[in-house]
Amino acid sequence: MSMEKFQYDNGVVRNFAIATVVFGIVGFLVGLIVALKLIWPDFLSFLPELSYGRLRPLHTNAVIFAFAGNAIFMGIYYSLPRLCKAPMFSKALSNIHFWGWQLIIVLAALTLPLGYNTSKEYAELEWPIDLLIAVIWVIFGANMLGTIYKRRVKHMYVAIWFYLATFITVAVLHVVNSFELPVSLTKSYSLYAGVQDALVQWWYGHNAVAFFLTTPFLGIMYYLIPKAANRPVFSYRLSIVHFWALVFIYIWAGPHHLLYTSLPDWAQSLGTVFSIMLIAPSWGGMLNGLLTLRGAWDTVRRDPVLKFLVIGVTAYGMSTFEGPMYSLKNVNAIAHYTDIIIAHVHMGALAWNGGLAFAMLYYIIPRIYRTELFSVKMANFHFWAATLGIFFYVISMYFGGLTQSLMWKEFTADGLLRYPNFLETVLQIMPMYILRAVGGTLYIVGALAAVYNLFMTARQGSLLAAEEDEAAPLTTHRGERETALHRMLEGRPTQFALLTLVAILIGGAVEYVPLAMIDSNVPTIAAVKPYTPLELEGRDLYMREGCNGCHSQMIRPFRSEVERYGDYSKAGEFVYDHPFLWGSKRTGPDLHREGGKRVDAWHVDHMLDPQRTSPGSVMPAYPWMLERALDYSDISAKVAAMRTLGVPYEEGAAERAAEDLVVQAKEIARGLQESGYDVAYDREIVAMIAYLQRLGTDIKSDSVYVAGFEKLMTRRVTATADAGGDFDVSEPLTDASSLAAGKAIFDGAKGLCYTCHRNDLGGQIGPNLTDEYWLNGCDLPTILKNIRTGFPQKGMLPYGNGQRLSDEEMLQVASYILSKQGSNPEAPKKVDQQRAQVCETTW
Amino acid sequence: MYKEVLRSIEGIEIYPIVALLIFFAFFVGVIVWSVGIDKERLRELSLLPLDGERAKTTGGSDHE
Repeated sequence: MSMEKFQYDNGVVRNFAIATVVFGIVGFLVGLIVALKLIWPDFLSFLPELSYGRLRPLHTNAVIFAFAGNAIFMGIYYSLPRLCKAPMFSKALSNIHFWGWQLIIVLAALTLPLGYNTSKEYAELEWPIDLLIAVIWVIFGANMLGTIYKRRVKHMYVAIWFYLATFITVAVLHVVNSFELPVSLTKSYSLYAGVQDALVQWWYGHNAVAFFLTTPFLGIMYYLIPKAANRPVFSYRLSIVHFWALVFIYIWAGPHHLLYTSLPDWAQSLGTVFSIMLIAPSWGGMLNGLLTLRGAWDTVRRDPVLKFLVIGVTAYGMSTFEGPMYSLKNVNAIAHYTDIIIAHVHMGALAWNGGLAFAMLYYIIPRIYRTELFSVKMANFHFWAATLGIFFYVISMYFGGLTQSLMWKEFTADGLLRYPNFLETVLQIMPMYILRAVGGTLYIVGALAAVYNLFMTARQGSLLAAEEDEAAPLTTHRGERETALHRMLEGRPTQFALLTLVAILIGGAVEYVPLAMIDSNVPTIAAVKPYTPLELEGRDLYMREGCNGCHSQMIRPFRSEVERYGDYSKAGEFVYDHPFLWGSKRTGPDLHREGGKRVDAWHVDHMLDPQRTSPGSVMPAYPWMLERALDYSDISAKVAAMRTLGVPYEEGAAERAAEDLVVQAKEIARGLQESGYDVAYDREIVAMIAYLQRLGTDIKSDSVYVAGFEKLMTRRVTATADAGGDFDVSEPLTDASSLAAGKAIFDGAKGLCYTCHRNDLGGQIGPNLTDEYWLNGCDLPTILKNIRTGFPQKGMLPYGNGQRLSDEEMLQVASYILSKQGSNPEAPKKVDQQRAQVCETTW
Repeated sequence: MYKEVLRSIEGIEIYPIVALLIFFAFFVGVIVWSVGIDKERLRELSLLPLDGERAKTTGGSDHE
């Protein structure tokens, strides 16, 4: 048989290698910056573009799509032609793919800090970039399939199956999750809302991890470990099972990101079951990789490539064990929203993806430059710096996350939250945040050593841009009789690819279709109304600043969360949320019931300087929200887009939107001005306040303390009506016996209020309660709420829950306090002019 | 709109169950089949990436 000669294109491999290294360092550095911002919130905070909320998506996107993405392409463009004994299908397509992908990265690096994002995790890029991604991805796929068709080796090695599954699944995920309605070039709204949007997003998010960060790297593992160890894979049979099991099971596991949320139970259980099933193929794959090295462990000691492969594959095993464990509802209850998950993903990103990426670089660069690695010693240094860095990183985050989670959930013997102030739980884990930054720094130091090492390697060699190889042509491609089904399948990439497609589509459809179809899966709540135009703009600002990166909007049905945040979140509350903003991490408290909790002025103070309202807060300041004018030029288009998506705005709402917006904004600004805050109605902060004050209020009448208050009031109305009286529910009690009872509580052992506020209410440690200046609102429901929940961080205990005072008693005390308005006690406590607001009482 | 399309498919509720069964059957199929592949062939396939160096010295895969 005559041999055919052909050439491998090493140029594109080299390009992808450079991109991997460059964007890797950028991604790591941005990660370190955001880690430092959690220690010093003011670090690099002089530009809105560098604020935490905008850099976090930049970090995740850079690491996933720029670093890991380029590493995948480097690995595929190197291994695929060699496994196919054919050059890449088209050098032009290779180059378009390379430059197109880098263009996407540059666009992402520009738009994310500018605040253009869809808010959907790992899919933050806006629609024009989404389109570009789709085009480039198809070009990559065409190039890959073309190469496979032109191969000179009859059978597709298992690595190629993993590459094919990657291409097909990521294409489907990307398209389905990116269905969005453009409003302008830089703004779009998700086609899905609320629960459905969450399900699609996490079906995407989970499988992006599966098919972008796992399957391509597994393909590379099945290529690189045998190559580096110069021995075949431990069990090819196991690799077949590994592949099919992963492809069939992974796609179903997405809902495990939404346990205890408003997602229907059946979907949550589906996610849990399939996640547990995933342990089997994942560990099969890990063992297959590690056992390939049996009897060759001495080479692991010498070869940095194998070192990185071993730590990568080991981390793959750990991550894929953790994942299913966190999918158990009882474990998830503790792990979700905390830094435990941050540790989990970094175990995957730093060790598994990073490990394999650097193993590839150390393997490929010397080979395409026809030389030896510049310094094995330096690579070993890199290995230990990276390993130690990962160690510091994940241990501190596991520990910090667990600590914080347990603090959130701890109750006192009296049945009250032990740490009612969220900040206490943040300050507790600050040392862990510092340790994490140390770990990250170590990892970067190691990576910088790698950059230098690889650069010197390239310099001492010379690039073999076109590498010669030869192989016999494939003549029996279709002629030979096939015996087994799989033998036939693996000889035919098209059928193979189609089967993979069907496998992943079914899994996705089974999850999504029932949600979309059966109304009872998302019970509607009549009280839930669409956002006003101003709130809608505020919501867009919330997304622009990436608030959802640190604040969830999903209160899980736990006593600890209901006690801390208010009534748990219902699926029906999110039906107009295009997109959903549930978040996945609580670096700050949940905000779903933020509406009405604090006065508008508090939010102004808080955005201007979070440390002032919340000493020790790690939230950065947002001074530009007070300076910048709100750009509401698109508001009509936005409301119209929402209408198109099925949000029931009235006829003509889009045309009126700007007017309505101004009316509401002026109302809020007037309120602020009355409290002594000079804020013009057209500032961004006004829209932000409108949105925050709206959050979760649609069904707030159900929420715990208000419900309690209303029940109490209803009882009183009934009682007074029975006695023939007329009772206004918003009025305090005025009858002498109630006021006397209130005074007895205030001055007595039951309330001990006088110890801080003085017997004449003039204030001592606590503020003066007799003048018109109030720190936290002065209407009766607010005062009742404040007595009920207290201000533990300032030393005022919560009196509610029937533990210290009954509802009736709290009403008596509150009425007594209000009866003392204007009583002018001698030498009252000085008013804190900075924080107190004049409150017009109508009592 | 898509909701209407989905609702109009009769008996759609059994599709997920059918899907699950197909999955399970396929799965069992893959395992049964993979147990039955002949060893020489597996060895040949596992050597694909190693050509060139096609080191017959690799005594590693004799467990198959």
